[in-house]
Amino acid sequence: MSEHIVPVRVYITIFAVLLIGTALTVVAAFVDFPWRFNTIVALTIATIKATFVVLYFMHVRYSTRLIWVIFAAALFWMAILFALTFSDYQTRKWDRDRTSGFVILY
Amino acid sequence: MEQQREAGTLGMWIFLVTEIMFFGGMFLAYALYRTQYPAAFASGSNHLDIYLGAVNTGVLILSSFTMAMAVYFTQVGNRRPQIFCLVLTLLLGLTFLGIKAVEYHQKYEDHLIPGHLIPGNPFDPEVQEEGRPLDHHKLHLLTGATVAQVEMFYWIYFAMTGMHALHMIIGAGLLTFLLIYSLKGRFDPEYHSPVEVIGLYWHFVDIVWIFLFPLLYLLGRHYH
Repeated sequence: MSEHIVPVRVYITIFAVLLIGTALTVVAAFVDFPWRFNTIVALTIATIKATFVVLYFMHVRYSTRLIWVIFAAALFWMAILFALTFSDYQTRKWDRDRTSGFVILY
Repeated sequence: MEQQREAGTLGMWIFLVTEIMFFGGMFLAYALYRTQYPAAFASGSNHLDIYLGAVNTGVLILSSFTMAMAVYFTQVGNRRPQIFCLVLTLLLGLTFLGIKAVEYHQKYEDHLIPGHLIPGNPFDPEVQEEGRPLDHHKLHLLTGATVAQVEMFYWIYFAMTGMHALHMIIGAGLLTFLLIYSLKGRFDPEYHSPVEVIGLYWHFVDIVWIFLFPLLYLLGRHYH
C-alpha cells in the first residue's frame, strides 16, 4: 500500500468544521439545557472534533488495519478506566453523604 | 522503504497510546472531583477567561491545519510552502503558549495558584460578596461551593493545562528541529517520516486541548 496523499480541500473542510465546532460549543455553553445535557453536548462536540482530527489530519482513515487496532485499544483502555472507577465511586454511600449534590453534574 | 515508513508511524501511534493513558488518568481525576464538587468546579471555571480560552482553541486548530499542510507539501515535494507552513505552525504554537502565560499571570494576580506553588503567594482568592459591585478579580462562589473545593479545581486546572503546555513546548522544540532539517533539504516525497510522525504528535496535543477547553472553561457558563 503506497502512501495516501490527502487532498488540500479535505484539510480545508476539516479546518472549517473544527472552527464551527468551537463556535458551537461556546454558544451551547451559555444555553441552560435541562438535566446534564450541557456536559453531554460539550463532550459530543469535542468528540466529533477529535474524530475529524484523528481520521483526516492524522490520516487514520487511510491507514492500515494495525493502526486502527492500536487506536481502538487506547479507547478501550479509557473505557475500562472510567467504567470501573465510576462503578466503584457511584456505589459508595459515604461519598454521597459527604457532599450535597454528588451525582449532579454541572 | 514503504515498510520502514509504516514502522515509524506505528511506533508514534504506540507512543500516543501511552500519552492517551497518561492524560486519561488526569481526565479521570477531573471527572471524579467534578462529580464530588460540582458547584465549586462551576465557580472555578467561571473565573477563567473564556475569550482567551476560545482564541487559544482557534490558534491551536489553525496550527494543526498548517501542520497538516506542511505534511502535505512534504509529500508532494514542494519545499518552499512546506517550510512556510512549518514556520507558521511554530509561530502559532508559540502564540498559544504566550496567551497561556497571560492567563496564568491573571490567576497569579488573583491569588488563584493552588497551594504554596508560588512561595509567598498562596491560594487565597477574594470572594465576591452578595450585593457588592461585581469585581471580576474576585471569586464568585455558586451555592454549595467552598474556597477549598475551588482550590481543588485549580489544582486540576494547572496540572492539566500545565502538562498540555509542556507538550506544546516539546512540540515547539520538535518543530524547530523539523525546520532546520527542512532548510537543509533532508526531506523529500521518498523520505519524510519525521515530518509525518511529529505531525501526529502535534495533532494529538491539539486533541487534548479540544477536550480541555469545554471541560475547564465552559462547564458553569449556563449559571447566570
